[in-house]
Amino acid sequence: MSQIHVTTSINGDATEFLCEAEDTLLDVLRDRLGMTGSKEGCGTGDCGACSVTVDGRLVCSCLMLGAEAEGREVTTIEGMATGDQLHPLQQKFIEMAALQCGICTPGILVAAKSLLEKNPDPTEEEVRYWLAGNLCRCTGYDKIIRAVMETAADLRRAS
Amino acid sequence: MRYEAPNSVEAAVDLLAATEGAYVLAGGTDLLVKLRAEMLEPDLVVDIKRIAGMKDITAENGGWRIGAAVSGAEMGEHAGLLRDWPGVVEAVGLIGSTQVQGRATLAGNLCNASPAADSVPAMVAANATLRIVGPKGSRDVAVIDVPASPGKTTLAPGEFIASVFLPAKPEHGGDAYLRFIPRTEMDIAVVGCGVSLVLDGAGKVSAARVSLGAVGPKVMLVEAGAEALIGRAPKGDALEDLAAVCSAAATPIDDKRGTVDFRRHVAGVLARRATEIAAIRAKGETA
Ligand SMILES: Cc1cc2nc3c(=O)[nH]c(=O)nc-3n(C[C@H](O)[C@H](O)[C@H](O)COP(=O)(O)OP(=O)(O)OC[C@H]3O[C@@H](n4cnc5c(N)ncnc54)[C@H](O)[C@@H]3O)c2cc1C
Ligand code: FES
Ligand code: FES
Repeated sequence: MSQIHVTTSINGDATEFLCEAEDTLLDVLRDRLGMTGSKEGCGTGDCGACSVTVDGRLVCSCLMLGAEAEGREVTTIEGMATGDQLHPLQQKFIEMAALQCGICTPGILVAAKSLLEKNPDPTEEEVRYWLAGNLCRCTGYDKIIRAVMETAADLRRAS
Repeated sequence: MRYEAPNSVEAAVDLLAATEGAYVLAGGTDLLVKLRAEMLEPDLVVDIKRIAGMKDITAENGGWRIGAAVSGAEMGEHAGLLRDWPGVVEAVGLIGSTQVQGRATLAGNLCNASPAADSVPAMVAANATLRIVGPKGSRDVAVIDVPASPGKTTLAPGEFIASVFLPAKPEHGGDAYLRFIPRTEMDIAVVGCGVSLVLDGAGKVSAARVSLGAVGPKVMLVEAGAEALIGRAPKGDALEDLAAVCSAAATPIDDKRGTVDFRRHVAGVLARRATEIAAIRAKGETA
């Protein structure tokens, strides 16, 4: 079976790749494009470590085929910092130690960024519900939630 | 496995009809899990998201036609759907996480044919119909007629659902869906209950549909539940009677998430509570 040729945009860069029909977008990102920031925690949509956005929607890249990315706009954790300049969420996660092993962190950052774009002033409850599909085995979540809330407050003050 | 993303209904039907072991791909939140677990080994996957109209929500005869590729997140952002069928929107909104919401569809939830599918009792209560397309043309079917048994539907080979139609919301009508899960998020319904009702000028129920999920091999429409409500104000004894008939109608199994007795009891409790919410909405108040 010949491979599928896909033309897409990843973090604003026009990208082409070849994949098998059964390859997930996560397989493509990690194994074909060398973008290993998105993690595979479960491969079944439960953990959120593979979170990316597609046409602005937060999705699990493990639950989408690579072939489906044709003509779409994908953003991943690799697109979050601008050069050496970390995104405010990334900076705050470091300052507040909102990570331990870090496996969940890329997915949580991508998901939190997508929340703040939609809702710059979320309540704690809204943050917790939005991130309910991002599992973390290390932190107990509290520092993560507080880092997201504080970043939101900083961004509101700055705007 | 082959992947195709046709851009017309006809091309999709031809592909599905020509290949044994072909599966429709909508949001993929069930299909990809099964692919990975090797529960399914399709020869062909037909992605319907590039067919014109599949992503549209359109007003039709006072109701709403929802394309088969519309995601839960898109439904939750639609003011008209939220106003007319908040119970259906809530039910689809309960499916999975934010990430799953970005992809999951009503038709996928229905065709996956899990007895615990959250949006299905809500669609049954709302008396939603499906436009099914296939090699013989198109036909409209009530939601209740699609699930056959766990994992099986009544769709014929080559057929797929093109859209879901939610009828015009009746005047002084309201709907609601509630499920019981042991957690607050990301879990499978132990019991689900959808209610849709209409109130007359005196505040009595003039029409009702009550449905239960996860307490039998497929969703059930509880006619006795509607009968317990019709002609009465939705409170007190009417709600007690409703709860009793819903508990009696439930035919659940015992498993690690709930015993038969517990599920029967919860079916009655949820029916009562969902009716109270639907009645508040029928009065034009928010709940
Ligand atoms: C982490 C996680 C949590 C979840 N939580 C819930 C939950 O709380 N409640 C719940 O009910 N479900 C839940 N689900 C299951 C799933 O998300 C839903 O059933 C969802 O609605 C499926 O829709 P989809 O578009 O992704 O379906 P797909 O995976 O694309 O398809 C599902 C099945 O339906 C068929 N199909 C899809 N569209 C059509 C169509 N238009 N016509 C004919 N056949 C079609 C497919 O061939 C496949 O067999 C969860 C899943 C995950 C991964
Ligand atoms: S790897 Fe995708 S959700 Fe866990
Ligand atoms: S920091 Fe280890 S899983 Fe979250």
